[in-house]
Amino acid sequence: MFTLETLAKRYDTGVLALDGVSADIAPGEFVALLGPSGCGKSTLLRLLAGLEAPSGGRVAWDGHTGAPGPGEIGFVFQDATLMPWASAAENVYLPLKLRHVTRKLAAPKIAAALAQVGLSAFADTRPKGLSGGMKMRVSIARALVSEPILLLMDEPFAALDEFTRHKLQDDLLALWARTGKTIVFVTHSIYEAAYLANRILVMSPRPGRIAADLRASLPMGPHRRASGDYVALVERITGCFREIMPA
Amino acid sequence: MRRMVESLAPYGFGALALGGWQGAVWALHVPAYVMPGPADIVAAYIDAHAVLDAGLVATLAVTGAALLAATLLGLVLALLMAASPLFRAAIQPWAVIIQVTPVVALAPFIIIWVNQPFACLVICAVIVAFFPILSNTAAGLAATPPDLLDLFRLNGASRWQILFQLSLPYALPDFLTGLRISGTLALVGAVVAEFVAGSGGFASGLAWQIIEASYRLEIPRMFAALVMLGVTGIAIYAALGLLERLLLAKRNRA
Ligand SMILES: Nc1ncnc2c1ncn2[C@@H]1O[C@H](COP(=O)(O)OP(=O)(O)OP(=O)(O)O)[C@@H](O)[C@H]1O
Ligand SMILES: [Mg+2]
Repeated sequence: MFTLETLAKRYDTGVLALDGVSADIAPGEFVALLGPSGCGKSTLLRLLAGLEAPSGGRVAWDGHTGAPGPGEIGFVFQDATLMPWASAAENVYLPLKLRHVTRKLAAPKIAAALAQVGLSAFADTRPKGLSGGMKMRVSIARALVSEPILLLMDEPFAALDEFTRHKLQDDLLALWARTGKTIVFVTHSIYEAAYLANRILVMSPRPGRIAADLRASLPMGPHRRASGDYVALVERITGCFREIMPA
Repeated sequence: MRRMVESLAPYGFGALALGGWQGAVWALHVPAYVMPGPADIVAAYIDAHAVLDAGLVATLAVTGAALLAATLLGLVLALLMAASPLFRAAIQPWAVIIQVTPVVALAPFIIIWVNQPFACLVICAVIVAFFPILSNTAAGLAATPPDLLDLFRLNGASRWQILFQLSLPYALPDFLTGLRISGTLALVGAVVAEFVAGSGGFASGLAWQIIEASYRLEIPRMFAALVMLGVTGIAIYAALGLLERLLLAKRNRA
């Protein structure tokens, strides 16, 4: 269980990015952090990861405070941020390499992570030979290889074309259903949040607060995008924004 | 076919220019002490090749030593600047001041302070050559992608791991660009230093050969030494370019 207790973040520049964010995130939840640009979504994710210290409140893990250990957090950025000189497998190896796991010991884990994102055949390919979608898959495999207890994703599909995005969304859903990972997924797309998450935290414009906390359970499978529940959920979220966004 | 023609074009132009030059010298009966033709220059080289080759070796020694020292100096300073903003603030203006002061003006001081002639020439050449390596490497180190930096931190990376596995590999292309510029500058620095110091006793490099030949009005020999310097500069530039391509080949392949 991850607990955010009245989190606040004021940057050195004086910008108050977050103010009084509280939430509990249960193991196995797929949480979407949804809000307009600049509302502090990335900031909240960085606080969760321990990359940034809160200026008020605290992040607690199963009750105890303190930065997460190495590899306990998997992070996926908007850009794939692969190292251009390293093959897909070497890029995925990175989190283990940094913790001095030998390549030999890591090999099965690397292979498993690449298999999870469907890129087993591209283990030896360098980023230059991969499409944008494939690079993002490698980035996801890299986040998974250390078997993190929490997977944080910051608009990972925002830079992809729609076909690739739909495919990766489906694959991420399948991965979540298969592994039961706890995922916090930042997006500014209402449709993406509704499609993916089983819980949607709607954030208000700056300073970021949690304006609504919606639960969802859409049917899995090929008709998810066309289901009445999905349309109703999009409607509900849109309604939330009508209330919090100034006209 | 077209690419082959294009890649041969510089040689064709060179041959044409040389032929035109020689033809003009012959046709207009220009004496060799005013303007020697390519044939006179080749003859002058064959005539004095022992001295000229020794001069080339001496100049190359200074250039090589200076490039090595400039590389080390530039790298170390760039790393320290990346590690400490305070160090950067303290050093950067001085590096620029040394860079913008003409080495011709500095050389006489260095000759007075440093008694060993070889070291004296190397120091002058280092002053000319180190800046591109420093500034390029520093810029490359500062441009480490912040997301990857976060990723390294999330996985508990040490400072050294960040430096050797992330920042330095990312700065490698910038460093190599700096190295290529510095390589030719080291030669320029060595020649300038030889010119200034030549009369001061250390007389052996190619630049000194030019001065000495001019005293004796041996114009073709002056040209021969000049041509050797030009070819050396091109060779250094090409060699460092090759090194760059070899080291970066891996990341440009799919
Ligand atoms: N390192 C920083 N220093 C100072 N201010 C910052 C910093 N990072 C973010 N901010 C400010 O904090 C606010 C929230 O930024 P944040 O990046 O968290 O928003 P976001 O919701 O992720 O936006 P987007 O959807 O555009 O990514 C913004 O006003 C931003 O300018
Ligand atoms: Mg953001």
